[in-house]
Amino acid sequence: MRTILACVLVTGVALLSGCAGSGGGKTESQVVALNGAGATFPAPIYSKWFDEYHKSHTGIQFNYQPIGSGGGIRQLLAGTVDFGASDQPMTDEQLSGAHAKVLHFPTVLGAVVPTYNIPDVSQELSFTPEALAGIMLGTIKKWNAPEIAKANPGVKLPASEIVVVHRSDGSGTTFVWTDYLSKVSPAWKSKAGAGNSINWPVGLGGKGNDGVAGLVKQTPNSIGYVELVYAIQNNMNYGRVRNASGAFVKAGLDSVTAAAASAAASIPADFRVSITNAPGAGAWPISSFTWLLVPQNIPDAAKRQAITGFLEWMLGPGQQMTQALSYAPLPDSVVAQEKQAIARIQ
Amino acid sequence: MIRRKIVNAAMFALTGLCALLAVSVLFFILGYLIYHGGKSLSWSFLTHLPRPTGETGGGMANAIVGTGELLALTCLIGVPVGFMAGVYVSEFGGKTAAAAIRYAADLLNGVPSIVVGIFAYAVLVVPMRRFSALAGAASLSVLVIPITLRATEQFLRDVPNTLREGALALGAPKWRTVLTVVIPAAMRGIITGTILAIARVAGETAPLLFTSFNNSYWSRGLDQPTSSLPVMVFTYAISPYEDLHRQAWAAGLVLLTLMLVANVAVRAILSPGSAPRT
Amino acid sequence: MRQVLRRVPERFLPGTRGLIGLRARLRTGDEIAYLATFAFAATIMAILVLLVFELYRSSGPTLHRFGLSFLTGRTWDPVAGEFGALPFLWGTVVTSALTLLLAVPVGLSAAIFLSEMAPPRISNALTFLIELLAAVPSVIYGLIGIFALVPFMRNVAQPALASAFGYLPIFQGPNYGVGVLTAGVILAIMVLPYIISVSREALLAVPRDQREAALALGATRWEATWRAVTPFARLGIVGSVFLALARALGETMAVTMVIGNNPKISASLFAPGYTIAAAIANEFSEATSDLHLSALIELGLVLFLLTMAINAAARLMVLATARKGTQQ
Repeated sequence: MRTILACVLVTGVALLSGCAGSGGGKTESQVVALNGAGATFPAPIYSKWFDEYHKSHTGIQFNYQPIGSGGGIRQLLAGTVDFGASDQPMTDEQLSGAHAKVLHFPTVLGAVVPTYNIPDVSQELSFTPEALAGIMLGTIKKWNAPEIAKANPGVKLPASEIVVVHRSDGSGTTFVWTDYLSKVSPAWKSKAGAGNSINWPVGLGGKGNDGVAGLVKQTPNSIGYVELVYAIQNNMNYGRVRNASGAFVKAGLDSVTAAAASAAASIPADFRVSITNAPGAGAWPISSFTWLLVPQNIPDAAKRQAITGFLEWMLGPGQQMTQALSYAPLPDSVVAQEKQAIARIQ
Repeated sequence: MIRRKIVNAAMFALTGLCALLAVSVLFFILGYLIYHGGKSLSWSFLTHLPRPTGETGGGMANAIVGTGELLALTCLIGVPVGFMAGVYVSEFGGKTAAAAIRYAADLLNGVPSIVVGIFAYAVLVVPMRRFSALAGAASLSVLVIPITLRATEQFLRDVPNTLREGALALGAPKWRTVLTVVIPAAMRGIITGTILAIARVAGETAPLLFTSFNNSYWSRGLDQPTSSLPVMVFTYAISPYEDLHRQAWAAGLVLLTLMLVANVAVRAILSPGSAPRT
Repeated sequence: MRQVLRRVPERFLPGTRGLIGLRARLRTGDEIAYLATFAFAATIMAILVLLVFELYRSSGPTLHRFGLSFLTGRTWDPVAGEFGALPFLWGTVVTSALTLLLAVPVGLSAAIFLSEMAPPRISNALTFLIELLAAVPSVIYGLIGIFALVPFMRNVAQPALASAFGYLPIFQGPNYGVGVLTAGVILAIMVLPYIISVSREALLAVPRDQREAALALGATRWEATWRAVTPFARLGIVGSVFLALARALGETMAVTMVIGNNPKISASLFAPGYTIAAAIANEFSEATSDLHLSALIELGLVLFLLTMAINAAARLMVLATARKGTQQ
């Protein structure tokens, strides 16, 4: 008897809590709820935006979940979400394979930085693109190799083996990093190429930004790459990199926005563009847009209005909130171009 | 004889050490979670909706309720299947059929949870064209079924056969014997096994990510995306912000505490004052 | 007698066959109970078949394109569209073997202590705590692994192993802290509660007179346990090992945090490796090309077949030893 009682009690309590939850939500009947999925990198700023937008438009709930860029694209194509988000633009193949037309809207800018841990070196290191590619390919094996030393006069580099750390999970961060390496190094392009997950010539794989950061912190004489936001928020040291105009630049919100601004002239109408190795003098070379993916045709009028309304808001007040969370805002020229593109949603 | 006594003492110490080693892991984990997550734990953490990073006062009330909802649904979908199948295997099935079912359950138990998630996504989420608590509970059920089956079978087998024979001799049909004599005798063990099974899947992230998804707000129904603690831990742990990391630890602590409380409570109800099953 | 009762249900006994028998059985309710429980049992089969079918269907592109070379290829290059799973297979097998090697002796010892050696009060308390361990989510093991276990392996355990057994190729090579050995250790910690609680159940199920007889003959507690009790519990212990193996094969989160995720085959246990489950978990959410996705799902299929083979082997082993046991 006691056992049956226990059974009933447990299921009862669990069910009650469940009903309380679903019941609580149903009271607001006139709510327009939209689901979105995709990139993990912009998730914090998106949740901030959607929360602020919900405050001023209480009838609209945007539920955004970071399941990965590839996942976001697939969910959008499968029709399980109302909008997607991605750190890399959809390919022509994906767009032509889609049942409905998909529009890209850049939201903020991301950047990837090389982070390292050399116990005997406290100075900030500078890297040439050739040095970065050589390290990642495994052709530059020691920290005191001439390719690294030349860019760092006065720094006493140790003669120890370099341990490369990379992302093990498929990631937009990896895409930006390898896209950059492919642009600056023909050897990298032919041996490894650019992608979310690639066949790494050397190194250890860590899962996620924290996996890479953890491994770099734990492993002496290691080098890895993480998102700029992650490096800033976690006080990690990261190096300068020589950009396309020949200047050694430190990654920061300004240099990232500068990269987008210098590429603005060549931005196509559908916004699908890579801005790594951008030409500007102050441009951080390993930068990228991140995009919201929105279907061109949204039959449900309430959802359509919610999305267009949000996009307008995001390009205005929304852009003011980016820097507090260490995201680089879009340059004005891109904002203007996007505002015109919103009208394409029907 | 002395040598044998020394061996006995040495083995006592050695095996005891192994047991202590295993238990110390639990305390290490608890201490670690309390150290990292304890500071973020507050009343509002348990009662409020999540807030974006940088804002204080956010909580995980929807995720706590969502996890309860998912587990309750799992109890409704998965546990009966595992239990009934366990009864079949132990009491009704022929030798070959029972072995086949047991084998199938073992195979199911070996499928990685992420593959189960992919499976539930393909057969439930895509056709329904929406993420839902139901799909999440279905994938958790697939994980729970083999464990429940095993527990049920194991404990039914441990029921002494004299009980069965006694009831049958009194002229009771087999189903009555099983229902009123055998199952009640094994109930305590079965419930313990089931609770352990539920506790085991309560921490699963991979099967939920593509099925029950997640929700920043209260869930709007069983056919809608639902928040859950493991997915919240996952989402917050991969973010770059220190305050979200601390909340992830706190959520992990809440999850573990809920499991511990459930375990303790069930045991307390099942065996007041007496030692369980010795 | 017990065997006869359970194994030959009344429906197979003479005199109950045919239509009249069926009606009689329906009236007593046994047929209904049989069919009802059978329906649920069949559900499990159906789920399994559907799962395999779904995996097979979704891995079509790589199955057709690579065939068996998927299993023997050593290159995993999503950019070039070349997929060979051998390094993942290797990593899975090696880490699982290591896990069992580490966890079975410790787990079995602890189970023996809890069921045979310890005073009941201590035993109950410890058992309870160990069962709680099974409920700790694996992502937590992973985080603890990277922040506590990896430094320990790099600074303490691996240098010690290298200096003591450095002549063996498995303990050579650079020491990163992450690697196959570390993955084996964290998996061993994770499967420990399963081995302990299931083995303990098996030991407790051994009839009491078995122990008492040995003790009465003058055996020490340990001798009684080792000679008289454990042989009886053999089946349950093997079962616990395979339960642990299943968990080790399919574990993702914790492994991927500490294994180094490098799909290379290396003789050294210090070298980074990769497992099938970790590869699926790492790449599934970001895979964009159909071929890549299909390759990951085929990995799932391969893992499933591996589990199936291991389970079948275990079953045969149990069957063989059980038969031998009854002959004696």
